[in-house]
Amino acid sequence: MTLETVIGLEVHVQLETASKMFCGCAVEFGAAPNSRTCPVCLGLPGSLPVLNRRAVELGLRTAVVLGCRVHSESEFHRKNYYYPDLPKNYQISQYQYAGHPPLATGGRFLLEDGDAPHTVGIRRVHLEEDTGKLLHAEGRSLVDYNRSGTPLMEVVTEPDLRSPEEARLFLAQLRAVLQYAGVTTGRMEEGTLRCDANLSLRAPGGPHGTRTEVKNMNSLRSVERALRFEEARQREQLARGEAVVQETRHWDEQRGVTFSSREKEEAQDYRYFPEPDLVPLVVDDAWVAQIRTGLPELPDAKRRRYAEAFALPEHEARLLTATRPMAEFFEATVRGFDQPKIVANWLVGDVAAYLNTAGQEIEEARITPAALAEMLGLLDRGTLSGRLAKEVLEEMLRTGRTAAEIVKDRGLAQISDEAALTEMVDGVIAEHPGPVGDVRAGKDRAVAFLVGQVMKRSRGRANPEVVNRLLRERLGAPVQVQIDPKDPR
Amino acid sequence: MGAPRSLADCTAGELRRLYAAGEASPSEAARAVLDRIAALEPTLHAYLHVDCEAALRDAARWDGRAGMEGAPPLAGIPLALKDNICARGWPATAGSRILDGFRPPYDATVTARLREAGAILLGKTNCDEFAFGSSTENSGYGPTRNPWDPMRVPGGSSGGSAAAVAAGEATLALGSDTGGSIREPGSFCGVVALKPTYGRVSRYGLIAFASSLDQIGPFARDVRDAALLLGVIAGRDSADSTSAPEPVPPYAEALTGEVRGLRIGIVKEFFGEGLAPAVAGAVRAAAGVLEGLGAVCDEVSLPHAVYALPAYYIIAPAEASSNLARYAGVQYGHRTAHAHDLYALYARTRREGFGAEVKRRIMLGTFALSSGYYDAYYLRAQRVRSVIRREFTQALERFDLLLGPVAPTPAFLLGEKIEDPFQMYLSDIYTIPVNLAGVPGISVPCGFVNGLPVGLQLIGRAFGEATVLNAAFAFEQATPHHTARPALAAPPRADGGAQARA
Repeated sequence: MTLETVIGLEVHVQLETASKMFCGCAVEFGAAPNSRTCPVCLGLPGSLPVLNRRAVELGLRTAVVLGCRVHSESEFHRKNYYYPDLPKNYQISQYQYAGHPPLATGGRFLLEDGDAPHTVGIRRVHLEEDTGKLLHAEGRSLVDYNRSGTPLMEVVTEPDLRSPEEARLFLAQLRAVLQYAGVTTGRMEEGTLRCDANLSLRAPGGPHGTRTEVKNMNSLRSVERALRFEEARQREQLARGEAVVQETRHWDEQRGVTFSSREKEEAQDYRYFPEPDLVPLVVDDAWVAQIRTGLPELPDAKRRRYAEAFALPEHEARLLTATRPMAEFFEATVRGFDQPKIVANWLVGDVAAYLNTAGQEIEEARITPAALAEMLGLLDRGTLSGRLAKEVLEEMLRTGRTAAEIVKDRGLAQISDEAALTEMVDGVIAEHPGPVGDVRAGKDRAVAFLVGQVMKRSRGRANPEVVNRLLRERLGAPVQVQIDPKDPR
Repeated sequence: MGAPRSLADCTAGELRRLYAAGEASPSEAARAVLDRIAALEPTLHAYLHVDCEAALRDAARWDGRAGMEGAPPLAGIPLALKDNICARGWPATAGSRILDGFRPPYDATVTARLREAGAILLGKTNCDEFAFGSSTENSGYGPTRNPWDPMRVPGGSSGGSAAAVAAGEATLALGSDTGGSIREPGSFCGVVALKPTYGRVSRYGLIAFASSLDQIGPFARDVRDAALLLGVIAGRDSADSTSAPEPVPPYAEALTGEVRGLRIGIVKEFFGEGLAPAVAGAVRAAAGVLEGLGAVCDEVSLPHAVYALPAYYIIAPAEASSNLARYAGVQYGHRTAHAHDLYALYARTRREGFGAEVKRRIMLGTFALSSGYYDAYYLRAQRVRSVIRREFTQALERFDLLLGPVAPTPAFLLGEKIEDPFQMYLSDIYTIPVNLAGVPGISVPCGFVNGLPVGLQLIGRAFGEATVLNAAFAFEQATPHHTARPALAAPPRADGGAQARA
C-alpha cells in the first residue's frame, strides 16, 4: 500500500519593523553585541513591555493576505522556561486555548502548482518576541541580547501539504507574498524566515500517523531535502514494521540527514498564562479595513502588470516577480535603463544563471541595479559587444566592480576606430592569402573567417560591423551582412 | 505645638509654608531628616540605602527657590523610596539578597516624576523580600522595627517607608501595595497610606511582585501630603501599558472636608472572627465620627470577600513565580560560586539568593500554573476575582465609600507570626479584597490600642481617590490621631544630634 505524506509547517517570520516588539530599540543585524538593548529587552527588574503597533499592523497584513479571521480581542501570554538567551526567563507570545484566540485564525493560501493549484489551510497567525543569541568560545558562554525582543510572527499551516516538493513550493510562495506585503525580508540564510516542519505518513484518507518535527532548515532547498530524507526514513521504518517515534529531529545540512535531538519528549510544561503587563490587543473592523486598503501590490497583480505593460512572456514575468527583491531589482534597473524587455532578458538569463550556480539570491548579489543599467547602457551605445557584455557582467557579479571600471582596466572598450581596424584588417589579409583568394573568387563565406581572424587579433574588441565593411571594401565583396550590436548572442 | 519642632517632624505642607516665608530652607530640612536618620537607624533600620550627599545636593538646589512662585510641588521635600522602586545608580534589592549589587541604570517613572517635582530623594527603604510579607521580617537585610514600639513590627511589606515617615526619617515616602503592603504598615505605624486604583500610578521601574495587583502609593503624615504626593506620581505613562488614561484631578482641591450626605457602607464581613475587639471598637468609633460630620453609614455585605485571601494566594504567587524567574544569576545580582553547569547555576543561585517566603510563593505559584492544575487553581481564582470585583462595583454603586479596619490587630511582636505563614497572611484579610477589586483604599490613623496606632480603611470607586482622600481628610480634621508622634521620634538633641551617615 502506498503511504501518503502529510506535512504541516510552522513558519517563523521576523517582522520588518524599525524597532523591537516591546521597546524602542532598533532591530539591526550585525550591530556590536548588546549595543541595541535597553532595560526592557534586557528584562531588567521593573521594566515593562509596550506593544509595537507596527508589528501588529504587519501581523494584520498577513492575516488579511492569508484570508484569516482577525480576532477583535486577543491576548499575549507568558511562555515560561529557563535559558540564558531569554532575559526574563519567559517569552511573551500568543498561546491559543479555549476562549483565548491569537491574532488571527482560519485562513487559506492558494498554492500555484503547475496546472493543479490547491489551497493550504492556515491554522493561525500569532505574534511573539525573539530571544537573544548565545555565543560559545573557549569554554565560556556569552550572550548577545541585540536580537532579544525582535518582533516575530508565526504562521502555522494545517497539515495540508503532501510532499517535500510541495512544502518547498508553498514556503517559497508564502515568502514571496509576505515579502511583497512588506511583512518581512524573508531571508532564510539570515534567519529572518525560519521554518519547522511536522511530517507523518498515513494510508490515504486514513488517520494521521505519528509525526516528527524537523528543525534547523536554513534554505528552501534544505527544507525539501530534509523532508525528503525524513519521508524516506519514516517509510523505511514503517516498512520494517517499526513505529515512528514522536520526537524533534534536527536537519544536518552537511551530512544530509535528520537526527534525533534526544530532548526529553515528556511535554515541557511552559505554564502559559495571560501576560499581566499587557492589556488585551483590540483590533476593530475599521483597522482591518484600513490594513486591507493599504496593502502593497502582491505577486499575482505584479506578474500580470509586468506581462501586460512590458510585453513579457509569462515565464519571464513569473521569474521576475518570484521574490520581492527580484521585482525591486528589475524595477530599479529599468529606472536606469529604460528598455524593460532587455533588462528582463538579462535578469532571467545571464544574471539568474550566475546566481543559480553561485547559490545566491538577487539581494545577496554583488551587482546593483544601477550597475546593471550602466552595463546595458554601454552595450546599447556599442561600447561593449554582446560577447564582451557577458564577460563583463560575469566579472561584475563576481567582484562587485562596475562595468566602466572593468572596461577601463582591461581595455575592453570596443574598437570602432577605422584607422586602427584597417591596420588589423590589412594584417589579416596579408597572412591569409588562401581565404582572401576565396573571397575574391566570390566565396562569400570566407569573409566570415577573415572577420573572425580580425576579432581574434583584437581580442574580441573590434567592432565586427566595421571590420566586415572594411574587409569587403578591401576585397571588393558586396556589403550584405549586418550584425546587430545589441544582440548579446 | 507651641515648642519649636524639628523640621524632620513637619509635613510637606508645613515645610512649603516655611520655605515660602523664608523661615527654613530645603538644606535645613534635609539636614534635620538626615540627622534623624542617623539617630534612629541603629534602632529602626528603616533604610537599606541612604545617600546623604545626593540628598544635600538636591536640597541645596532648591534653597531660596522652594517656596517661590512657580516652584514645583515637591520642591525641597525630603522623600524616601521603597527599595523595589528603581532610581538610577542606587541599589535596588527589593529586600532580596539575590539582587545584591544590582544598581538599575534607569529611573522608575515615579522616580523621574519625583525628581521633576523637586523632591529631595533620601534613599531606599527596607521591605519584605520582593514585597512578600506583612511585617518586613522577610527582608534579606534584617527587619525594620516599629517606631511606636521597637519590639514590634512596622507591618509590611513597605515597613521601612511607613516607619521612616512615622519617625521623621522622611517627610514623605513611596511604597507598593499588592495585597495591603502600603495600608497595613500605614496602620501599624500611624501614618496616612494610600493604595491607588490599579493603573492610576505607573508601575514602570517597580520591581514586580504580582503585576496585575501591584500599585505604588504614598505614605504621609497627613492626608493633604498624601494628596500632594499622589498628584505628582499619578497619571498615564506610555511605558506602562496597564496605566490608565483617566485624567488626574487636582486632589488638593478635593479636600473640602465636606462629607454631608456621603454614603458609606460598613463592610459586614470585615468585622467577623479574628478582628481584635479593640480595633473593631476604634473603627466603629471612626464611622461614628464620619456620621457625626453628616455622612450616612449603613452596613453592606460583600459575601465573597472571604474568598479573596485564597484567590489572592493563587494569583499573586502565580504571577510572582514568573516575575521572579529572571533572578537566576545570568545578567545581574547574586550568582552562585558553585555552578558546574547551567542547571546548577540556576538552582544554586536561587537557593542561595532567595529567602524562605520567596521560595514558598514560587512553589505555590509554579504549582498553580502547572498543566493539569491551571484550571482548578489559577483559572478558578481568576473567576473568584471577577466575582469579588463585581461585588465591589455593585456595593460602590449604592455607596460612595466602603469602610472597615485595615488589619485585624495593631502591630504584632517581632517573631510572633514569622513561623506561621498562614497567621501572617491573615494580617491582610481586609486589604487583599481591595487589590483584587482594583479600587483605591486608604489607611488613616483612627486611634490607639495599648499605645499602638490603628488605621481606618476607606475604600472608593475606581479612580475615586479624590473622594477617598476627602473623607479621610474630613475624619483627620475632626480627630487628633494623626498629630501623635512616636516617642522614639522625639526632637533631636540640642547639639543637633549625630551626624548623618550613608
